[in-house]
Amino acid sequence: MKTSNLMKGAALGALLASAAAIVPAAAQETIYFSNNAYRTGPFSGSGIPIGDGMRDYITMINERDGGVNGVKIVYEECETGYDTKKSIECYEQVKSKTIVYSPWSTGATLAAIPRAHVDKLPILSMAYGLSASADGTNFPWVFIPPLTYWDGASLMVKHMAAELGGLDKLKGKKLGLIHLDAPFGKEPIPVLESLAKKYGFELKLYPVAAADMQNQGSLWLSIRRDRPDFLYNQGWGAMNPTAVKEAVKNNFPISKLVGVWWAGGDDDARAGGPEAKGYKSLNFNAAGQNFPVIQDILKFVVEKGKSTTPKEKVGENLYNRGVYNSMLVVEAIRTAQKLTGKKVINPEDMRRGLESLNVDEARLKEIGMAGFASPVKISCADHSGHHKAYVAEWDGTKWTQKGEWIEPMKDEVRPLIEANAKDYVEKAGNWPKRAESCEKSS
Amino acid sequence: MSDLATTRPAPNPLANPWIRAGLILAAAVAAILLGAQLDSSGTLYAVFIDPFQQMIQAPDLLVQTIWEGLVSGVLYALIALGFVLIFKASGVFNFAQGIMVVFAALTLVGLYEKGVPAFLAVIITLGVMFALAVTIERVVLRPLVNQPDIILFMATFGITYFLIGFGESLFGGNPKQMIAEQLFLPKGAIDLPILGGLVSLQKIDIAAAVIASLMIALLALFFQYTRIGRALRAVADSHKAALSVGISLNQIWVIVWFTAGIVALITGIMWGARSDVSFALEIVALKALPVLILGGFTSIPGAIVGGLIIGIGEKLGEFYWGPLVGGGIESWLAYFIALGFLLFRPQGLFGDKIIERI
Amino acid sequence: MLYREAGQYKSNYASDMAVFPLREDRIGLGVMLAIALVAIPFLGNDFFIASVMIPFLVFSLAAIGLNILTGYTGLISLGTAAFMGVGAYSCYKLTTFFPHVNIIVLILVSGLFSAGIGVLFGLPSLRIKGFYLAVATLAAQFFLQWAFVRVPWLFNYNASGAIEVPQRTLFGLPITGAAATAETRYFVCLGLVVVMTWFASNLVHGRLGRSWMAVRDMDIAAELMGIKLLNAKLGAFAVSSYFAGVAGAMMIFFWYGGGEAADVFSIRLSFNILFMVIIGGLGSLIGSFFGAAFLSVLPTALKFGLPALGVPLTGATAEHVTFMLVGALIILFLIVEPHGLARLWQIGKQKLRTWPFPY
Repeated sequence: MKTSNLMKGAALGALLASAAAIVPAAAQETIYFSNNAYRTGPFSGSGIPIGDGMRDYITMINERDGGVNGVKIVYEECETGYDTKKSIECYEQVKSKTIVYSPWSTGATLAAIPRAHVDKLPILSMAYGLSASADGTNFPWVFIPPLTYWDGASLMVKHMAAELGGLDKLKGKKLGLIHLDAPFGKEPIPVLESLAKKYGFELKLYPVAAADMQNQGSLWLSIRRDRPDFLYNQGWGAMNPTAVKEAVKNNFPISKLVGVWWAGGDDDARAGGPEAKGYKSLNFNAAGQNFPVIQDILKFVVEKGKSTTPKEKVGENLYNRGVYNSMLVVEAIRTAQKLTGKKVINPEDMRRGLESLNVDEARLKEIGMAGFASPVKISCADHSGHHKAYVAEWDGTKWTQKGEWIEPMKDEVRPLIEANAKDYVEKAGNWPKRAESCEKSS
Repeated sequence: MSDLATTRPAPNPLANPWIRAGLILAAAVAAILLGAQLDSSGTLYAVFIDPFQQMIQAPDLLVQTIWEGLVSGVLYALIALGFVLIFKASGVFNFAQGIMVVFAALTLVGLYEKGVPAFLAVIITLGVMFALAVTIERVVLRPLVNQPDIILFMATFGITYFLIGFGESLFGGNPKQMIAEQLFLPKGAIDLPILGGLVSLQKIDIAAAVIASLMIALLALFFQYTRIGRALRAVADSHKAALSVGISLNQIWVIVWFTAGIVALITGIMWGARSDVSFALEIVALKALPVLILGGFTSIPGAIVGGLIIGIGEKLGEFYWGPLVGGGIESWLAYFIALGFLLFRPQGLFGDKIIERI
Repeated sequence: MLYREAGQYKSNYASDMAVFPLREDRIGLGVMLAIALVAIPFLGNDFFIASVMIPFLVFSLAAIGLNILTGYTGLISLGTAAFMGVGAYSCYKLTTFFPHVNIIVLILVSGLFSAGIGVLFGLPSLRIKGFYLAVATLAAQFFLQWAFVRVPWLFNYNASGAIEVPQRTLFGLPITGAAATAETRYFVCLGLVVVMTWFASNLVHGRLGRSWMAVRDMDIAAELMGIKLLNAKLGAFAVSSYFAGVAGAMMIFFWYGGGEAADVFSIRLSFNILFMVIIGGLGSLIGSFFGAAFLSVLPTALKFGLPALGVPLTGATAEHVTFMLVGALIILFLIVEPHGLARLWQIGKQKLRTWPFPY
């Protein structure tokens, strides 16, 4: 009896299947790229500028250059609402079509990693997701450029040391970690713990449950009690503006509050009002419109009315990060085309392209991104590269670069990554051994 | 049915010799453990002594914690008030109250962003909430009249879904700044030096407490002294009796839902000014549920007292005892506080006594 | 004409008391099982099986579990997701400890842990009723979800706090992990759901089920009739949580395949399952399936089906429209038939009995 709705389901399935058959017929000489976006739900404040940046860069490439080497990129978004269930649906929906899966949430990445190794679909999780996946030997299909959360944590420690005047001055200091009480938020803990032991500073944890993202009163009371010297904020979505507001409210010296790169949204900082001036965030892309690439986006996309972003929001930090992510995709496609000699590439080619990705200073200049980001190079064994980042500062109206690009503590992070990757592979049991050969160039 | 309404006496658990023996044993074990662990490293020390020492050592932090709890308690109470109003008058457990808070705040901010002056936006938002109340009454409540509670509860979930989609498609899902300054809500803080420390009171929090109290007083006056208020109380007592003396249920429902809408708007403004207006606020609204069971579904004073107990209790708990287990206990502590009370008064502190007939 | 009881004589008590007394019903059941076993795996594509059918089966099982508690015993619970989580985490721990025991056995065993926790959090039900109980079960929801994040032992001290589903096989075929095909996972889920449904059907038609229904209709009266409230209520909590636990383990092992499990078993899921039960029909097993189909398949179908039909909806707009449509449909269904989809099904059968000559 119960199976009668299976019949309904079957009808639906037939419908879905027939629809799927119609869509790709139109695609000729194009590359399909599907991106998980979240323009709805509690995290949409961060999701919207990122999605806009990603779409606008691809549109710009299509408009200005007629695609990558003449092949247009068909860009589509799959709406997830930052929900893992919907992200998995999106994965199942696009896995046979897209050349690379862009999960845009740590939960979605974790769920996709085992699947992608079976379906042979590369995952590009730009500075989010599973830190251990930087180990290309065990995770040939996952890419996490330009750096991982663990690199971020080590950068935070370096930043502290720089402020205090040397790593030896860290002894006896207190670092507080405000983090979302979920895998994403807990990522930096192991690295911070090991560094705390090494340099003799104290680590205090301040978890924020997802339900209390906008209700951080008691957490900040604890911060007032413990008086940490620095705070590192591994937050996302509505949690960040609330944290900045609370810091201002509780008279915490705002310049000592440093967010991970995902806590560096313009809206996050703006919430604190004028007092939020001095709020810091790690960053691996520049904010602002003063780059040829952003000017091109304005010229070819925004001013032609092909974007959903208002002009003044172009160049915001998270928007530019979306642009950066799309740049990685486009450059990887270009590399793959060069490697294979094909114009329309498949996911396997894309994986090779990502693995040989090498965007150096000269190339950055060519694509109008000089000073926008640090060069990125991915190799066969190192799927992240552990590249430089810098500390950005909110000047009351926009994000500005403060200080130099700093190198993460690669020698601290790398052994942890390899140990963790090994652990992951062992626990998974029967993890596919890397069969993909490395490129000669890399 | 018999006229003999018999309330069931709560069984006295102490009457049972086994329970008594068990309690004595437990007390003995506790005493021994206490004796063994009262040095400054034991668990019991950390649970029973250390937090109180902290309270005495830093009384300013204690005052600050209680103040924070008080303010969030007031806000919980406001959300709970919306629930109670609707539950009393229409017997609906309104799951949509949380989203109504978000929707009202979003409408206000969204209108302002579209260039409407702030106070006009407030008035238009009130109009929207009224339209919403009328629509809900027409489309949802009227066809579902006399259905079991759980069906009506379910219907409010439908409303929630609809409002999420509707609100986001109109105003977008990105978080927005509450227009606190334009509404002449105060900013900044008052720093009071007490007991050798500094307690900082946010002006917006003081405003929230004052506005909430005013609003509750107004509601009380409205219920006590106006014709509609009396009709509302009549409906709350008995739908059938109210109908038979000529009170229009439909009209009352519109008024109640509209009142809940106003409460939602004020809650939205206050929460929004404290953090941000976004759909994440909907989750905060769930915090009103323990307040409800603590205070009772049908009592307005219950919602207020419950809100304060929960607010202060969870802040104290999180601040002084949370670190023992790694923090973050705020998410469930409120429910356990409420559960504790509930075991002794199953109808909540101020709820109508449950009378069971056979 | 096609569907009629005339001429089907019952000559013994057993056939009179059968769950499906009509030959047509039994044939119908067979046909539907055949569709589920043969037609769907052969005709459906990967996306349909992995993203529509498996979630549907998992939610059906969870909804049956909650229906036992809410529909049959009259106790509202908002902690279903947490009990599912207990099942998932205990299954994960069990398979870490006993990697060689068959995963299906472990899934069935992990339900027992969930049942235990369910009984513990069901204790207040002896004193608290109605919506008060509903909110009290939220304590379980929030506490357990907090524990899933905060007790590192539960996720084997994994640095990112996520759980990874290892590959396990049945008769040499991988059934969990990424290497398992959608069809295999579907068959395993289907098998589990069919067996568990049969089990539930026997329970609710038996002595225990009747005592549950007596408690639901009026607990004092049931007590006077000699039903032990303690046993009946806690029994309902245990069985319901057992089903939820198995469903939760299935959810992580056959559907999600690991990841941020704590995040999955959130309050939203609890609400969703409660609504599946209500929309489907309280106190009806088939209703649980209807409800699961309605609330789990509909959003997916709208999201991916509407663009396929040529309705130009993408991204955020589609999401908004989906939300509004689902909300409107819930209200519409409640207005048309407050007793749930199961009641519509019954009415349909009743109509069919007199077709084509209704009186």
